[in-house]
Amino acid sequence: MSRSKFDPQVWLPKLVLAPTMLITLVFIYGFVAWNAYLSFSKSRMLPRYDWAGLQQYERLFSNDRWWVAAQNLFIFGALFIVFCLIVGLLLAIFLDQRIRIEGAIRTVYLYPMALSFVVTGTAWKWMLNPELGLQKLLRDWGFENFTFDWLVNPDMAIYTVVIAGVWQSSGFVMALFLAGMRGIDDSIVKAAQVDGATLPTIYRRIILPNLGPVLFSALIVLTHIAIKSFDLIVALTGGGPGFSTDVPATFVYAYAFTRGQIGVGSAASMMMLMAVVAIIIPYLYSELREKRA
Amino acid sequence: MKIIKTAVSAALAAAVSFSAQAAEVEVLHWWTSGGEAASAAELKRMLEERGHTWKDFAVAGGGGESAMTVLKTRVVSGNAPTAAQIKGPSIQEWGDEGVLADIDELAEAEGWDDLLPEVVAEAMKYDGHYVAVPVNVHRVNWLWSNPEVFEKAGAELPTTWDEFFVAADKIKAAGFTALAHGGQPWQDATTFEAVALGVGGTDFYTKAFVDLDADALSGETMVKVLETYRKTRQYTDAGAPGRDWNLATAMVINGEAAMQIMGDWAKGEFTAAGKVPGKDYVCSAAPGTLDAFTFNIDSFVMFALDGEDASEGQADLASTILSPAFQEVFNLNKGSIPARLNLPMDKFDDCAKLSGADFVATAETGKLVPSMAHGMSTFSSVQGAIFDVVTEFYNDESISAEAAARKMLSAVQSAQ
Repeated sequence: MSRSKFDPQVWLPKLVLAPTMLITLVFIYGFVAWNAYLSFSKSRMLPRYDWAGLQQYERLFSNDRWWVAAQNLFIFGALFIVFCLIVGLLLAIFLDQRIRIEGAIRTVYLYPMALSFVVTGTAWKWMLNPELGLQKLLRDWGFENFTFDWLVNPDMAIYTVVIAGVWQSSGFVMALFLAGMRGIDDSIVKAAQVDGATLPTIYRRIILPNLGPVLFSALIVLTHIAIKSFDLIVALTGGGPGFSTDVPATFVYAYAFTRGQIGVGSAASMMMLMAVVAIIIPYLYSELREKRA
Repeated sequence: MKIIKTAVSAALAAAVSFSAQAAEVEVLHWWTSGGEAASAAELKRMLEERGHTWKDFAVAGGGGESAMTVLKTRVVSGNAPTAAQIKGPSIQEWGDEGVLADIDELAEAEGWDDLLPEVVAEAMKYDGHYVAVPVNVHRVNWLWSNPEVFEKAGAELPTTWDEFFVAADKIKAAGFTALAHGGQPWQDATTFEAVALGVGGTDFYTKAFVDLDADALSGETMVKVLETYRKTRQYTDAGAPGRDWNLATAMVINGEAAMQIMGDWAKGEFTAAGKVPGKDYVCSAAPGTLDAFTFNIDSFVMFALDGEDASEGQADLASTILSPAFQEVFNLNKGSIPARLNLPMDKFDDCAKLSGADFVATAETGKLVPSMAHGMSTFSSVQGAIFDVVTEFYNDESISAEAAARKMLSAVQSAQ
């Protein structure tokens, strides 16, 4: 029985989706295209449409601050993702031991996720400030030579951003992993126990290999948090000392909105887009190919 | 049908002619805290007395950064406010975009050319036409100090940078923080420009930060300035990076620190803490800049709008802002001094009187220079480039002063 063209089941879903589709086209892809055009224009304080070729990109690439920002994103992104995964996984394994008051402990670890990065950043700013926080506390306790001044040391400040970021997000990774572990068929684990497998072996040979899809979701979520991180840095270090903890997102904001160099800002955001595309395209490719096969 | 049409157009005409007398004046500003908000309310009251309606358009935060972002979107979408708080060379940038309205008629009628010092008048003009009205004059090259700390340390108030280091050593040895500082790029730059003015003098300062002369930016004097500048860092405390300026001022107020280099908005903090100038705190020119004056002038820029009523509103707004009554009330609240010359200064405190006298004197000797750190001397892109170099050099001991001077030149050139 072929459906008639007038059957609501045929046209209704399309009609319902059309506005969303249109909005996405205009406000995401349309604006991406506009930004791409601006990055090739002479725009300074306000958008202008005179063609400038690759001039803005040349400016961007000869800018020290941009390279500091790019390098910071790399350092922060790599450490943030790796530590979140490790800490999250360990927490999940410990919680998976059917301990008492698991629900309460889980909530404690998950709570930081409920905070905004601005709150996290401000709280850690106080804790890490050498004159107010940890260093002062330990010195007051009698450890006169204790020094922990990463926050105010330009070479180390980016690592304080990692600490605060991991604190915030590892609970979320833990929840993902824990859900994944609980989803594994209990009978397999029981069978392994009957066969005399030890707990570490069960985790290594059965549970962890089954967490592949969860790991992948966690990776995607953490990567995008890392690339778009802005609020955490603004609240924790303000990009400083100097501009030593600048990341591409704060760089784009400074150039496009406060320094009247919209062209350079758009060029930088195009570079951010390219970085995301470089990660997403292989992912989409592998996903789509799997579906077809 | 025709009757209705006529009636409607008559009503419309009536509405238009009515609004020709009473314009809606929408002013973008970021006076949202304490004394500043009180000043904005005063401006509103004075305008309403002239029969206009005031539409408040305050955008708080970031020293106006957020306000500028909002303003850009409003202007791009063709919906500019009546006036906006814009200062310095940014006025020229907006002028280049062709969106400003001139208020020459009023300026001529009120004789602004005689009321304002020439440097100020020039800054208010685009292409020879007045497009902006000044609100106040801040002096940036101030040294705020706590005499009690100086006494305890047995140090003397410095008038040159050499004396500064002698005094700072004594204060440090006595267990105080010599220089209260907040390590944010604009504060780094505020100290830097005071050193540049004190070590290099006004000619060097003008060549480097106004003319952007290549020799001045990367030459020997700049190297010397940078070296002196970095030396000041030894006298700050470890908690300085990222600190807000008012917290640094609080250190001087509480007697934890001896000195702070900051513009005269710092006075508001002392006043709020109930301190008296000359007794609890001392205001003096930053070392080596006794006869010079770095100015930071807030101003309102008028946007081109349709309709007679709009320009009438703008003229009344500008005239109110420059009126002696408003200048006095506003500047008493804000800690700055009036932008127009020859106003009686009786009600002001000693710091403001000193500032006022120096303002007039330096305007004559040509040692009245625009503040680089506060966006008065260059476009924001160049200012940002200088900030980057200064703050990086200040925080990273591994960069030599020579390398930083070369970097300053290349950064400024690529930002132009």
